[in-house]
Amino acid sequence: MVKISITVDGERHEDEVEPRLLLVHYLRERLGKVGTVVGCDTSNCGACTVHLDGNSVKACSVLAVQADGGDVTTIEGLANGEWHPVQAAFKECHGLQCGYCTPGMIMAAVDLLANNPAPSEDEIREGLEGNLCRCTGYQNIVKAVQLAAEGGAR
Amino acid sequence: MIPAQFDYVRAGSVDEAVSALAEHDEDAKVLAGGQSLIPLLRLRLAYPEVVVDVGRIAEMHGIRDDGSHLVIGAMTTHAEVITNELLRRHCGLIAEATETVADPAVRHRGTFGGSLAHADPAGDLPAVALALDAEFVIAGAGGRRTVSAADFFVDYLQTAIEPAEVLVEVRVPKLGDGWGYRYEKFQRVAQAWAIVGVAAAVRRSNGSIAEARIGLTNMGSTPIRASAVESALAGTGAGEVAAACEAAAEGTSPPSDLNGKADYRQHLARVLTRRAVTAAAGY
Amino acid sequence: MTDTAERVTRESSVGRPLRRKEDARLVTGRTSWTDNLSAPGMLHMAILRSPMAHARITRVDVSAALAQPGVVAAFSGADLADKLGSMPCVWPVTDDIVMPAHPPLAHEEVRYVGDAVAVVIAGDRYQAADALEAIEIDYEPLPPVLDMEAALAEGSPLVHADAGTNACYTWKLATGDFEQVRAKADRVMKRRYVNQRLIPMPMEPRAVLAAPTGPDGELTLWSSTQIPHIVRVLLALTTGIPENKLRIVAPDVGGGFGSKLQFYPEEVIATVVAAKIGRPVKWVESRSENAQATHHGRDQIQNLEIAATNEGKILGLKVDLLADMGAYLMIITPGTPLLGAFMFNGIYKMEAYDFTCTGVFTTKMSTDAYRGAGRPEATFAIERLMDDLAAELGVDPLELRRQNWIEANEFPYSTVGGMTYDSGNYEAATARATELFGYDALRAEQQRRRDAKDPVQLGIGISTFTEMCGLAPSRVLSSLKYVAGGWEHATIRVLPTGVVEVVTGTSPHGQGHVTAWSQIAADALGVDPDDITVIYGDTAQAPYGMDTYGSRSLVVGGMAVLQAAERVVEKAKLVAGHMLEADPADLEFRDGAFTVKGAPGSAKTIQEVAFEAFTAHDLPDGVEPTLHASSTMDPQTFSFPHGTHLCAVEVDTETGMTKIRSYVCVDDIGNVINPMIVEGQVHGGLAQGIAQALWEEAVYDDAGNLVTGSLVDYLVPSAADLPSFTTDRTVTPSTTNPLGVKGVGEAGTIASTPAVVNAVVDALRPFGVTDVQMPCTPERVWRAIHGDGSGGDRAAEGSIAWAGDRTESTAGGRTEGDETGARP
Repeated sequence: MVKISITVDGERHEDEVEPRLLLVHYLRERLGKVGTVVGCDTSNCGACTVHLDGNSVKACSVLAVQADGGDVTTIEGLANGEWHPVQAAFKECHGLQCGYCTPGMIMAAVDLLANNPAPSEDEIREGLEGNLCRCTGYQNIVKAVQLAAEGGAR
Repeated sequence: MIPAQFDYVRAGSVDEAVSALAEHDEDAKVLAGGQSLIPLLRLRLAYPEVVVDVGRIAEMHGIRDDGSHLVIGAMTTHAEVITNELLRRHCGLIAEATETVADPAVRHRGTFGGSLAHADPAGDLPAVALALDAEFVIAGAGGRRTVSAADFFVDYLQTAIEPAEVLVEVRVPKLGDGWGYRYEKFQRVAQAWAIVGVAAAVRRSNGSIAEARIGLTNMGSTPIRASAVESALAGTGAGEVAAACEAAAEGTSPPSDLNGKADYRQHLARVLTRRAVTAAAGY
Repeated sequence: MTDTAERVTRESSVGRPLRRKEDARLVTGRTSWTDNLSAPGMLHMAILRSPMAHARITRVDVSAALAQPGVVAAFSGADLADKLGSMPCVWPVTDDIVMPAHPPLAHEEVRYVGDAVAVVIAGDRYQAADALEAIEIDYEPLPPVLDMEAALAEGSPLVHADAGTNACYTWKLATGDFEQVRAKADRVMKRRYVNQRLIPMPMEPRAVLAAPTGPDGELTLWSSTQIPHIVRVLLALTTGIPENKLRIVAPDVGGGFGSKLQFYPEEVIATVVAAKIGRPVKWVESRSENAQATHHGRDQIQNLEIAATNEGKILGLKVDLLADMGAYLMIITPGTPLLGAFMFNGIYKMEAYDFTCTGVFTTKMSTDAYRGAGRPEATFAIERLMDDLAAELGVDPLELRRQNWIEANEFPYSTVGGMTYDSGNYEAATARATELFGYDALRAEQQRRRDAKDPVQLGIGISTFTEMCGLAPSRVLSSLKYVAGGWEHATIRVLPTGVVEVVTGTSPHGQGHVTAWSQIAADALGVDPDDITVIYGDTAQAPYGMDTYGSRSLVVGGMAVLQAAERVVEKAKLVAGHMLEADPADLEFRDGAFTVKGAPGSAKTIQEVAFEAFTAHDLPDGVEPTLHASSTMDPQTFSFPHGTHLCAVEVDTETGMTKIRSYVCVDDIGNVINPMIVEGQVHGGLAQGIAQALWEEAVYDDAGNLVTGSLVDYLVPSAADLPSFTTDRTVTPSTTNPLGVKGVGEAGTIASTPAVVNAVVDALRPFGVTDVQMPCTPERVWRAIHGDGSGGDRAAEGSIAWAGDRTESTAGGRTEGDETGARP
């Protein structure tokens, strides 16, 4: 067991974990942060995307011990009183259907806009290449990111 | 899926990492960014008894100017490589190829040294390192040694790094003035590995190609230098590039798999080399 | 846009792009996926799966697993055989169909890689995963059966030895005399097309949580399923647990695409194990398991003959299918290809049609419904044939279609496939699509590129499709030997405080029923959509239903909502008449209130009426308290969406890479409840159909291992791989239901696959290419150009390529200074 200390959505947690514990399972099973989901075994789908120290990461491919001392933001901590503009834009543009990829897709989109506040359509598509959606065909996801970039829906 | 149990050592320094590895020898695995290793652990395709995490060793991070070379710490992430001004200026081919690696979230965790030490011939960076004559600084119990790219990639997923050694940094000669470069990656979907990739750097002089360096991705069990094309290109002008690139598949032994049979890959190598060289030369 | 808009004068909700009520919890992570749920004392189950395609199990020993930390129980298939029963197939399509036993946990033979053989129950999922490795199991290999044509040949190894054959069934349908039209036709074109095997890959893998809930064997099963109601019936029949002690809940379900229209072994195993050990048991599928052991789709070899005159008139069509069943018949495995049997004629008029389908067992995962289910295969065949025939005849493929399609003034039209298409306007959809596409300009550019021998050739593909939706009239299902009905149920309750509950038997998992049903009920009841709650997906709360699949929910379930709402209004009218001291016949209902005709001053709102019905202090004679009504709708017939899809691709003839340049579709799905949701359904459908054309294929190797067992190898496209689509609609209302709706869930998938392949082949026609097998990978395209044979016919060994068409080139760059070293 290894001692870790992680801040998740603004709250600090001290825990003892097995070294093999994946960050996503730490979030879901220890902390009850089930808004972040698991969609694959190979880091392809991006459903588990969260922010670690301000950058998007796939929480299924990070060990909890690697995140020791880190600051994690999940979909559940993204709204600050009111929804983040990207969350609002996803609803406004119908950028989700079943919603399973949505937490990861939104976290990836927030990261994308942090690095490139005015992306072209191609840049949005490339920037989301690590997040798979089986429902939307991505067109309304792209629209949502564009809307959020333009100042967005509220 | 879920990794099997292992013990964990977080190394605070290169020496700590080396001694931890020496203690466990072949039962230990080095954990860098984990973007290749953790999926392998989850699928239980790797069963280390000990994982030695070198991700926080300060010495292994960052990119510095060392006169004729840039020195890239092995734990420098892909995202840092892409945005680094020094690297864009002197070794831009690395930054450009790195942009095609995986996706943004993986590039936030995955490291330059980790990719090279993993030595997947389908990975994008080994061919680039080979084309640029990078040098690998490896630390072991007996100190540090430097291995040329030509000697570093030994076989499929196998490098010159011994079980009790760590790749500390990679020294890449700066491209001088007058170089152009291009990485051509041929793949099925955005996230997929390259079926074939071609890394080309070309120096022009007096309207013709003075020097060319070409590395091939996924054309054998290691990255391959297209030496025959490099020699054929020397001194050629725009009109002779295509003929010179016909030699691109010489000496290659690409895999036949669901991506494509070997003959198709060799065909692609010729076409993509021509395109990469043409773009790099600015023709 | 809609005829229902005339029902009430308040601002209609139907027809407007209402933002979805579902989204608030989904964009904030406040979700209830099955894996998010837990129950006190819950244990985790892990499943050991066969690594062999076909083998006899000679020994299973779980004792070492039992000794592992945290392990509570472990069972082999033999341990549970008497309790687990056999998995049911509800569609025995012929009287002499071969229906082999299908044990949920194999105990004698395994018949595909991924077949479940043993389970471990432990305190957490990590312990369960570890303990699996301690199970000892010995196999005696049997020969795999992997190729349908070889499987039917004399002397082939058998998947089910006691069946004596690998042929599951042969099903025929014939109209007219094809032999006669073949004899008189100027030309008969034969083709062999392959619809490859696909993996549905919803983003949420499956999960189940089985929890004993009462002292008398009561049990609740939460499952990531499209069909909680059907699961309840089948779970009772399979396990012997009385149906009235079973509650099935489909909580948030992360996509299905048909793959969760299934009754799975894991649902049975978790239920039986939880009941046996008396504690809640959860199982969550990994993506690797999802690829291996969640049902696959398509996998058809199509041998086709189309007979036509030299002038381009189609006379008849002969279809001879081999359909891969996989190892076992799951819920509707044998019937799935037959859902296309009535649609191979597409939108075209012809005299004769001859259809035969043979189901074939192989040692692979079972196939079953995947988005479109039978209709994509039919549409692919006829639309590919139309393009190929046009090329043979030397005419424009759109012209050939125009010459043969059912004209707008010919509806209703009884087709050679035995269906009566109630409405349609192929001319209008095609006119709009060609205008948006710039058809003539693209054809001109194509010619220029052909003349110039441009290494990048342009191809234009067409698909003028129709499909049948609204599964299904129960008596039609009966005639097809399906053992259940196709009705749907809704109950509407106007509560004492005036808010409304809509209870639906549909089971949405991304389709937006909560929003759409609210819109339908809001208009019918004259209430605000926000005052409506939709209850679904729980057999305790929504006890009647036939669930969600086959683009049926709106046409059948939405109609039930409308009818229930109308019945609520009928009842409310009796109460309102009493309250207003007027004859109910003299009342009119508008804007949510009853008024006496000609005396608009006095009014009773439906909310006031609901409260009156709740107190029941003064109800008219014969009227029961409370304001609610139900409808169980059994549709009279199907509905037939149609549309014209046009795709332009650029094919790099040097590398074989295909890139979609533009994609235009104009669909006619009749009236629309929520155009935003409709457009989303079309987009997603297109992505899946295009992915079949270009990227996706489930590949088994010679030993029967699934080679494409993860998202590394099975190529689901990302945003970076797909273009933006241009979508539009024409509106020809269905005449078979009062809403005038047709269904949209599968249209995009059904239509797009042939449009893309037609475009690829069109680009390559100057090279003499007539077919490229799906997925049209760069290697296949390149080999087709170079005449290597693996483009058109079956792929050469080792080149059953994944998809693909993408290069990721960097922009290239320069160091400082020009080539002479001078600084800029």
